[in-house]
Amino acid sequence: MLKTFLIGIKDLRLAFRDRAALILMLAAPFVLTLGLGLVTGRFSGSNNSGLSDIPVIIVNLDNDQLGDALADVFTSVELADLMEPAIGSDPEAARQLIDEDEAAAVVIIPEGFTQSIIPQQSAVAAELVKIEVYANPSRPTGAGIVKAIVDEFLSRVEEGRVSGSVSILQLVLSGRITPAQAQVAGAAMTERLQTNTTDSALAITINSSTADGEEVKFDILAYLAPGMALMFLMYTVSYGGRSILAEKTQGTLPRLLVSPTSSTQILGGKIFGIFLTGSAQMLILIGASSLFFQLKWGDPMGVIILVLAAVFGATGWGMFVTAVARTPAQVANVGMSIMLIFGILGGSFVSLDQMPPAIQAFSKITPNAWALDGFTTLALGGTLTNLSAPITALLSMGMILFLVSVLLFGKKNLVQK
Amino acid sequence: MTNILEVQNLAKNYGDFQAVKGVSFNIEEGEIFSLLGPNGAGKTTTISMLSTLYTPTSGEAVIGGHSVTKDPMAVRGVIGVVPQDLALYEDLTARENLIFWGQMYNLSGKSLNMRVDEVLEQIGLTDKAKNRVKTFSGGMKRRVNIGVGLLHKPRLLFMDEPTVGIDPQSRRAILDTVKDLNKQGMTLLYTTHYMEEAEELSNRVGIIDHGELIALGTQKELTQQVGQAETLILHIGENDDSEALAKSLKGIQGVQQAEAVDHEVSIVCAEAEDVLAAVVTKANERGIKIRSIDIREPNLEAVFLHLTGRALRD
Repeated sequence: MLKTFLIGIKDLRLAFRDRAALILMLAAPFVLTLGLGLVTGRFSGSNNSGLSDIPVIIVNLDNDQLGDALADVFTSVELADLMEPAIGSDPEAARQLIDEDEAAAVVIIPEGFTQSIIPQQSAVAAELVKIEVYANPSRPTGAGIVKAIVDEFLSRVEEGRVSGSVSILQLVLSGRITPAQAQVAGAAMTERLQTNTTDSALAITINSSTADGEEVKFDILAYLAPGMALMFLMYTVSYGGRSILAEKTQGTLPRLLVSPTSSTQILGGKIFGIFLTGSAQMLILIGASSLFFQLKWGDPMGVIILVLAAVFGATGWGMFVTAVARTPAQVANVGMSIMLIFGILGGSFVSLDQMPPAIQAFSKITPNAWALDGFTTLALGGTLTNLSAPITALLSMGMILFLVSVLLFGKKNLVQK
Repeated sequence: MTNILEVQNLAKNYGDFQAVKGVSFNIEEGEIFSLLGPNGAGKTTTISMLSTLYTPTSGEAVIGGHSVTKDPMAVRGVIGVVPQDLALYEDLTARENLIFWGQMYNLSGKSLNMRVDEVLEQIGLTDKAKNRVKTFSGGMKRRVNIGVGLLHKPRLLFMDEPTVGIDPQSRRAILDTVKDLNKQGMTLLYTTHYMEEAEELSNRVGIIDHGELIALGTQKELTQQVGQAETLILHIGENDDSEALAKSLKGIQGVQQAEAVDHEVSIVCAEAEDVLAAVVTKANERGIKIRSIDIREPNLEAVFLHLTGRALRD
């Protein structure tokens, strides 16, 4: 275990002493992020997110105050550029449209939603009913934004409901109002609650779900920066994989194999080195973009776990390429091609939502697509708990590729030059 | 003396090609044993099997009481290996290289640092310890390459052609280091295709050719195999046909062997004086100008020529 760690640290040190590698690992993604930020107007304040006309279907079965308020949010003037809402009446038909990739998500506001939040005087406390967001998995970014808007709406509703109930109860208990007057006060608060939830700033200013309640804006760099970092992460993992074959050529691998170090420790150390280098690269880029671009990546714990999962998945690809290739030059060429192909497929240049369904489905073989989905979720205020799908996918991808690579390495003679 | 290495019928095949054909020899503790042979003779393959890098096709070797096939990890603790090609991380400093390789040999902490200092001193690179290896000359890199093999004070050190491609000064330094290590009690298996190195360093020599150990013994024992023969070396002009001259010299009475190598002709004979006049006459008849003539006492070159009919550098 110690030797595995030492080999990994050695590889990390070697990677960070290679100037050419450093340019591609750190400088290139940083400069490209800067360039794309300039092109999209991020630094000139125009705040063009690059995301527009997200198709969403609203099925409002509630037809009451809060249901209408939520539907109004999606059809508001402020969201006219971002959203392309359509009103539906049949939930099944709407879900069918999502399955056919006709929209990013459908928001189904069930009957009795308002009643479950604001019970009428005569009514017995109604059972809580939930809004359903039926998301299109092939349009993760668009669906994520719809979900974030609904979450924010519900967050404000819940906030208003709880604070209203507590205030009225305190007023009654303190004797400032009579139980009879509580009904009037409740009605007034309901009206305020409705106004609150249709606040025009809602859709584009989303409350972070973190405890401090800090507000974050959707920032195009929160999409571009991880996109570029993930694309060049693929370079780093192929660079690391290449070092396995390079060590064979330069004789250090045979020398390791005649030391009292097992082949498992050596291969483990090489994989650990790739993982360490990739993680360091991603964390440095995240730190630099936070520092120089004031980019808010979201929940720190979520970011760290997602980075580790993304690097794990990408390392699996690096090992696979190495196991298939015969020479360091082959790994370099294939690695560079994969970096570009995965960058395009994974949404580093163009949002996956704007790609054909077949490409969107195919993109799921790339760690880029899954990780970018996760980073978008975090930038939109999501937390670690919202990342189960991308993290599971990335870890599974890494595990499968590692197993295949180990089998391929078993058939390959890494000893002889 | 006890044997630190015992090799029995060790063989390595690559498909139909037999790289090593069942070699057997022992090395006693404290000696320098040289494997002498031309390029492609099977020296490196033999060392690779003994150092547990390659699995033998057949046969067995026991090092320090451990089988190379059954207990390779124990063998690796006994041996040190200095490979033929440089095996270093060029972007690490000399010190960082030695620290890393020391850790791979289970050294750590203060003992590792002390040992690294000692080795740096031993290879004469203390003042260059913080420089990256890629800034070193070929000779300095070779010294670091040797230093790595010494870190854990192995009982048996394998050195595979450590002087190939370096300048005479560095070569001299390496040969002196080998002798010093042996004086300190280290046993060495040294492979080379330079006859002079084997003669200078070795207690015993094994001559290997085409994967077979064709002779084994002390230098005296080996030269006795060619009797009292001497070797005449004719240095001729660049444009002269050394092959044709060698052929014509074979017919001279008293000439046992005659081989052409580049612009030289090696002639093995019982007494050089007896054939010298006839040799010069033959050269004159062919219009070949002899630039100089060396007469050498029986040596390993002559042994190799005697055993194989070829010069060592063929």
